[in-house]
Amino acid sequence: MSDEPLLEVTDLKKYFPVNAGVLGRHVADVKAVDGVSFSVGKGETLGLVGESGSGKTTIGRLVLKLLPATSGTIRFEGRDISAISSRQTRELRRRMQIIFQDPYGSLNPRMTIGEIVSEPLAIHGLAKGKARMERTVELLRLVGLQSSHLNRYPNEFSGGQRQRVGIARALAVEPQFIVCDEPVSALDVSIQAQVLNLLEDLRERLGLTYLFISHDLSVVRHISTRVAVLYLGKIFEVADRGALYEHPLHPYTQALLAAIPVPDPALQGTQKRVLLSGDVPTAMAPPSGCRFHPRCPFAFDRCSIEEPEMRDVGGGHMVACHAVENGSIR
Amino acid sequence: MALLEVRNLRTTFKTEDGTITAVNGLSFSLDAGQTLGIVGESGSGKSVTSLSIMRLIDRPGRIESGEIVFDGRDLLKLRDEEMRHVRGHRIAMIFQDPMTSLNPVLTIGEQIAEVVRLHLGRNHREARETAIEMLRKVRIPSPEKRVDDYPHQFSGGMRQRAMIAMALSCNPQLLIADEPTTALDVTIQAQVLELMNELQRETGAAIILITHDLGVVAETCKDVLVMYGGNMVEYGDAKQIFAEPRMPYTQGLLASLPRLDAPANARLKPIPGQPPNLHRMPPGCAFAPRCTYRIERCDAPVPVTDLGGGHLARCWRCTETLAPVGAAQ
Repeated sequence: MSDEPLLEVTDLKKYFPVNAGVLGRHVADVKAVDGVSFSVGKGETLGLVGESGSGKTTIGRLVLKLLPATSGTIRFEGRDISAISSRQTRELRRRMQIIFQDPYGSLNPRMTIGEIVSEPLAIHGLAKGKARMERTVELLRLVGLQSSHLNRYPNEFSGGQRQRVGIARALAVEPQFIVCDEPVSALDVSIQAQVLNLLEDLRERLGLTYLFISHDLSVVRHISTRVAVLYLGKIFEVADRGALYEHPLHPYTQALLAAIPVPDPALQGTQKRVLLSGDVPTAMAPPSGCRFHPRCPFAFDRCSIEEPEMRDVGGGHMVACHAVENGSIR
Repeated sequence: MALLEVRNLRTTFKTEDGTITAVNGLSFSLDAGQTLGIVGESGSGKSVTSLSIMRLIDRPGRIESGEIVFDGRDLLKLRDEEMRHVRGHRIAMIFQDPMTSLNPVLTIGEQIAEVVRLHLGRNHREARETAIEMLRKVRIPSPEKRVDDYPHQFSGGMRQRAMIAMALSCNPQLLIADEPTTALDVTIQAQVLELMNELQRETGAAIILITHDLGVVAETCKDVLVMYGGNMVEYGDAKQIFAEPRMPYTQGLLASLPRLDAPANARLKPIPGQPPNLHRMPPGCAFAPRCTYRIERCDAPVPVTDLGGGHLARCWRCTETLAPVGAAQ
């Protein structure tokens, strides 16, 4: 890994205004992303896990500039891309791409597979005529499809095959960096492994870097080199995969891991289950201090008053938790 | 005697491209108080099975043949009027998405009370009290206040708990839960599963849990029925099936999962191929086109083999020791 991260995000915020009343006055903000910093090194896969409303999808869109950020900086390949022009943004899209969750909604049903995959080549003027066709076939083969699929429509394909089409389209412009937004969660279990293996092969062959967004901790553990845990628009813990799964420190990370049902009845009752009480609060009015404190089994006075900062507990394992800081959790 | 006995159930749907058979000759039984997990992927027929038991199959769908014997009576022979007394009272159902299965313009309390008034003949005041009592049971905080809330005022987890409260309000003998936690976050899913387990111990209701999540089955079900392409491919005690699956599809499914207790770098072993297309079903074993162990006999209908101890598998080669189908690649 080189010293300079490929992507560096600092204090990123995204507030969605809430308007109410006949005059549509601005009454509040949904703080979807509320001061998030992380970096992704070249060739690395950073897993971004969190439950619904944690802001993980919004972060993906902000990084790709599909949504304007409220504040904060995004540096890509050493360059600040927070405030670039729309023309520069278009050039940027040749370097960074996205794979969407829904393989049904993200492909235009009136376009053939060939048209869908070759469209980015046309938009960016990368290939014409016969060369474009050849490149399209090459892309289909790369993702495990065949040239006979060129003239068929998305509705003739299963979910897993459609996701392969989405991947081929993202790869058309030869990007460095791909945001994978829940790429397997809409797929059948027997197909998920096919697509995960494909993403891994492509990363190796093409030297890609992924930001892998998912709610599924088993999937994230499998594919990521480093993992960041999000809750209500904040990162609570970032660590190398091994450290995060073997030795999670933040009480929320611990609870998340304990909540996953393990597909082995023989293990039932052997693990201690930390059941979290209550629901995820609204991002419109997150709790004071640490936003996890109302559900946290370790919370004490300070947690409801002061927001914990991210601290390195050694080896790049970062945690934002007062209980970890004062040694209650080790 | 079994509480529920499904025999040779066949449910079809007419489509523009011809008739598809969503459930194709399914048979299984369930004892009182038992928890059965039905596992399968999209198109396996698991949801259509549950809707058939409730007789909620509407045109263009049709239950072609079979018997669904519940508590000694064949539900398929009941008049609509009689079936209405069974539905919601003796057999209750929880759906995947609590937001679309609750009526948005009625309060939570009114919706639970309606069920109780209808089936148990309670008056308004009693029904409201039952509603509050049920909400307390599913651990909705301050139920005497929340009973007057509308569904949108509840969070996703609370809505699903309200659905469970409604389903259990008439003390059904059988609860069918179709993907009850799929729309929920994992921490909320853990709460809901825990609650269902607890309520089952308390009420003794039998549960059919329909899910695609093998982890959820392992945590909640004593028995498991694996469906593929409209029929049962394996059935038996969950511990035994997870430890020693005999049907190549079940083996492949278990082997393909990224697991928290597996080495992190281990390459996944996917099942090759695509799920079956119901319009073009193979004549024999539905899994044959994806199976590395396919032999000639697999292309004709395959009978069920009884492996002993209630373990059934629909596979000619279920007595052999085979590596998972994905491992070969």
